Amino acid sequence: MKITKQEVEHVAHLARLSLSADELEMMTGQLDIILSYVEKLEALDTSGIEPTTHAFSVSNAFRDDHVQKSLDRDEALKMGPKTNDESFIVPRVI
Amino acid sequence: MKPYELTISQALEALETRDLSAMELTKSCLERIEQTEEAVGAFVTLDPEGAIAAAEEADRLRAQNNTVGKLCGIPLSLKDLLCTKGVKTTCGSNILADFVPPYDATVVEKIKLENGIVVGKAAMDEFAMGSTSETCATGSPRNPWNTRYIAGGSSGGSAASVAAGQVLGSLGSDTGGSIRQPASLCGIVGMKPTYGRVSRYGLVAFASSLDQIGPLTRDVRDSALLMNVISGYDVRDSTSVDTPTEDYTQNLTGDVKGLRVGVPLEYFSGGLDPEVEAVVRNSIGLLESQGAEVVEVSLPHIDYCVAAYYLIAPAEASSNLARYDGVTYGYRKEADSLLEMYRKSRSEGFGAEVKRRILIGTYALSSGYYDAYYKKASQVRTLILNDFNEAWKSCDVLVSPVTPTPAWKIGKISDDPLSMYLSDILTLSTNLAGIPGISVPGGFSGDGLPIGVQIQGPHFEEGRLLKTAFSIEQALALKPSLPLIGKEAQ
Repeated sequence: MKITKQEVEHVAHLARLSLSADELEMMTGQLDIILSYVEKLEALDTSGIEPTTHAFSVSNAFRDDHVQKSLDRDEALKMGPKTNDESFIVPRVI
Repeated sequence: MKPYELTISQALEALETRDLSAMELTKSCLERIEQTEEAVGAFVTLDPEGAIAAAEEADRLRAQNNTVGKLCGIPLSLKDLLCTKGVKTTCGSNILADFVPPYDATVVEKIKLENGIVVGKAAMDEFAMGSTSETCATGSPRNPWNTRYIAGGSSGGSAASVAAGQVLGSLGSDTGGSIRQPASLCGIVGMKPTYGRVSRYGLVAFASSLDQIGPLTRDVRDSALLMNVISGYDVRDSTSVDTPTEDYTQNLTGDVKGLRVGVPLEYFSGGLDPEVEAVVRNSIGLLESQGAEVVEVSLPHIDYCVAAYYLIAPAEASSNLARYDGVTYGYRKEADSLLEMYRKSRSEGFGAEVKRRILIGTYALSSGYYDAYYKKASQVRTLILNDFNEAWKSCDVLVSPVTPTPAWKIGKISDDPLSMYLSDILTLSTNLAGIPGISVPGGFSGDGLPIGVQIQGPHFEEGRLLKTAFSIEQALALKPSLPLIGKEAQ
């Protein structure tokens, strides 16, 4: 086994997902198959090879710093599932 | 010939000479949608009122003899992950089922600026994760050539809407083949431009180092026309590249004399369907008979693409999709604590394939596994990029199949994620290397299903791809015909 149910549960917690018992069973099996497959990368010697993150990398994409119109607050709040006139509302955290 | 059957360039000509009005063309497309949509299911959202208003405006502009936009009066669809101001953008997901963006994506702005007409938003795999469009929360599109078969994915609705004659063209996105594969399976042209060629501002992100927007059209000239509109640097996308754009239609000469066509050996091995191989070899032969020089090349690390891709893409997706938390927009399930609210909103909002990739990605990035998975995959990505750079020493373009088989039946592999991932083997390398790739129709299988031919080239050589694709299109002279759909087919 490449991955156990406990590990999948832990990863689900990190990703803020809850899985039903059936989902956990299915995902563990499927993740195990996928992780076993990607193991083939180990056959390649990559010591000293620089990782590629962006194939065509642009570094320091600067722009002039001047004031521009941004999204209106009312517009931004309009799509919020729960809002008051000035902010998004979430369950109490403190 | 009915107006909806026209290509974009033919329609523009008829509109220019006043043989056709934008209103006639738009109504023709809307009627076609009415006749075929039940069978094809290409759309998540239709905006007939918006389309009619835009058609009115296009005709008014032409009547005033103003200089009109390059797409004035052309009905198009957009994959439902491109933000459209005031029109729902669901990304094929329940978590964005009611999301109405407050702004247009840059490419949408550009289409509108050129007076193009947005008819509706096309179905897709949820968050573009899939190869069949079967993970779309609102129902999956079907292949117009045989509606028991998949349209491909993830831009399946875009491809189906163009192939079915519902619209004249579409924009999709391609993270691992999601434009080229459905284009190939639906018998149309699909272009994935170079990473950075087209602005992604307003594209719902899946895997940020791989995603690219591109056109799906009925012929190569239309692909060039749409590329002319959407290409270019955008200050709002820091990954867009500030290099000059060109008039892509200038490449459509049909002249491929001296062009060095590379045939990558590894793409023709393994489980390649004999009919697919025959179609691709035929196209290579046609290029050769027109004066191109065919050379065999090797891309030794191609076999590692699927493994590298299915670590990199989910890793980036798990990070990008962290934003769907029920706070600022999207689906929310109320709960007593913040943590429970996050969990419930995400667990009820995302479908199984999206959850699977979030889990793989989170695992690959988690403490202790980063080096073994994400870093290793990114190093393999360098090896794949090096393979291509080596190939460009002996050839100008690579010609290969797009998919190992023609379209398959709906439902065939949806319960087996790995076998679906493996079907992407021929398209993933393009995204990992950030190079452009195009799929152009090459023929049909014995069962009457389309088969495409893939052309890949070096960074920013979209023009060369269009030139090669045009040459194949001219030589094949496949009559651009639309499939018979639903009642017509009986």
